[in-house]
Amino acid sequence: MAAESAGLKVAAIDYRLVPIGDGGVLVDCGERIESEVNAWVRAAARAIEEAKLAGVLELVPTYRSLAVFYDSCVVRQAELLARLPALLDRIASVPGAARRWRIPVCYGGEYGIDLEPLAERHGLSPAQLVERHAARIYRIYMIGFMPGFAYLGGLDPSLHTPRRDSPRSLTPEGSISIGGAQTAVASVAAPSGWHLIGRTPVRTFEPERERPFLLDAGDEVRFVPIEHARFAAFEACAEEDWQWSEAV
Amino acid sequence: MERGSMSVNGRCRLRVLSPGLAASLQDAGRPGLGAFGVPPSGPLDELSFTLANALVGNPVGATALEFSLVGPRLLVEGAPCVIAVCGDARVEINGEESDAYRSHWLEPGDRLSLPRLRSGARGYLAIAGGFAARSSLGSRATLLRAGLGGLDGRCLVAGDLLKAQETAARHRLRRCDRLLPQRDRRPIRVVLGPQHDYFAPEQRERWLASEYRIGASSDRMGYRLEGPPIQCAAGHNIVSDAIATGSIQVPGSGEPIIAMHDRQSTGGYPKIATVIRADLIRLGQLAPGDRLGFEAVSVEQGEDIWRGRSRELARLLERLG
Repeated sequence: MAAESAGLKVAAIDYRLVPIGDGGVLVDCGERIESEVNAWVRAAARAIEEAKLAGVLELVPTYRSLAVFYDSCVVRQAELLARLPALLDRIASVPGAARRWRIPVCYGGEYGIDLEPLAERHGLSPAQLVERHAARIYRIYMIGFMPGFAYLGGLDPSLHTPRRDSPRSLTPEGSISIGGAQTAVASVAAPSGWHLIGRTPVRTFEPERERPFLLDAGDEVRFVPIEHARFAAFEACAEEDWQWSEAV
Repeated sequence: MERGSMSVNGRCRLRVLSPGLAASLQDAGRPGLGAFGVPPSGPLDELSFTLANALVGNPVGATALEFSLVGPRLLVEGAPCVIAVCGDARVEINGEESDAYRSHWLEPGDRLSLPRLRSGARGYLAIAGGFAARSSLGSRATLLRAGLGGLDGRCLVAGDLLKAQETAARHRLRRCDRLLPQRDRRPIRVVLGPQHDYFAPEQRERWLASEYRIGASSDRMGYRLEGPPIQCAAGHNIVSDAIATGSIQVPGSGEPIIAMHDRQSTGGYPKIATVIRADLIRLGQLAPGDRLGFEAVSVEQGEDIWRGRSRELARLLERLG
């Protein structure tokens, strides 16, 4: 982790450039969820941003791809296709995490209704599952789906769980869930087919706040179990002594 | 009522007597926030929205009201105002039939009624100065599923008060040609991809040769299409990838979903094609039950069409001054 925070060297990654209609180009690394690929995607976003290409409007990084949206009245896709490889093929290192957040979580009970069945499924006690989930340092692979919704990589392989057969039509904001090889922090109430193991009282998306989105792709996250009784105090922002981040 | 030049003092309110269907305030939206999971929002038919604003002297992207199929009934209160309606709308002022594609001077006590559209799916009501609304993340556009912008992030309900923003500008009444995107009945043009090669060639051809119907549960997030299902050889779940407005996703049911302006920013279904920028406007005028087909074009063709449209619109806006 320490090495990565200083910028980690990466090998070249195979990608292809495909059109997203007449307003976007997809830098596509294929069907992979790997930390190295995701780090390269973030490095690609940084390289394109720094090049300040005329007509480029927006960059949307995901696990394994980067969408480059452009204004076709300013630049043609053909010009972008000619210029992007020079930027992308030069990527030699990826940025480390800027921050590591400490996110308080109420695990189980009313806050994580799937904790017990999930623990049973994996032959663990609920406390063991919580311990394993809270032991890892996660990387935010992408913010997507809904405003501020964070997808995290780095889940303990023993906790990987396929999604529920039938999604729930609404799950509470702040839900901490497990789906496949990932875990997520829900910023808003949303439909979800993931297993709900806990809930954070922290509003990771607050449109009226000076910093509307707490979390950013590339940040690290550590989940810190808290007693259920503290949920309300956190929600009211009364936990002034909480240490929100730690050294990466 | 034709006057050379008038000023409105911005204290005008429109009381909502009946809200119409899915009526929400929209502006230029929230472009550039996709990396935070935020959709662009904004008007489904950008052309009609822009013309309505231009007809009342507003800058491009001022906050206007979008409605679907049926518009609201409104009572003017407080002060006079200047309004315009675009889309194939019937405009009734105090029970008398009037015209869309021109601006109107309304006095307190006047009633404005926008009954069912003659054709198309969307109508736009603009007011001089633009509507006042809460700004969230730099935009007043309503985003229902996150409760952002507009009137508490929701659609109009009876009893709402739509307030005009203060404007010191003097107004003259304007009119323009009825430019209805829905008159163009050609197939919706698309660029194949990004995942078109996940589909077997015969599946792609079947899709392009088929006619689809816009499903009943279609909304500003997406249009669900009903018609021949398309199979994806590689399966219908991919590692989440960015979605664009106009992305045509094919979920497990095989019936495509077109991502619209309030879409998710990312999603896990393969995308067979992307609607070209220019035809998003025509798509915005399609309603549940309408039929559509698709035609593949090249990126360059899409760009040429959009460049042409942008030039035409710029000329039009210049004339409306």
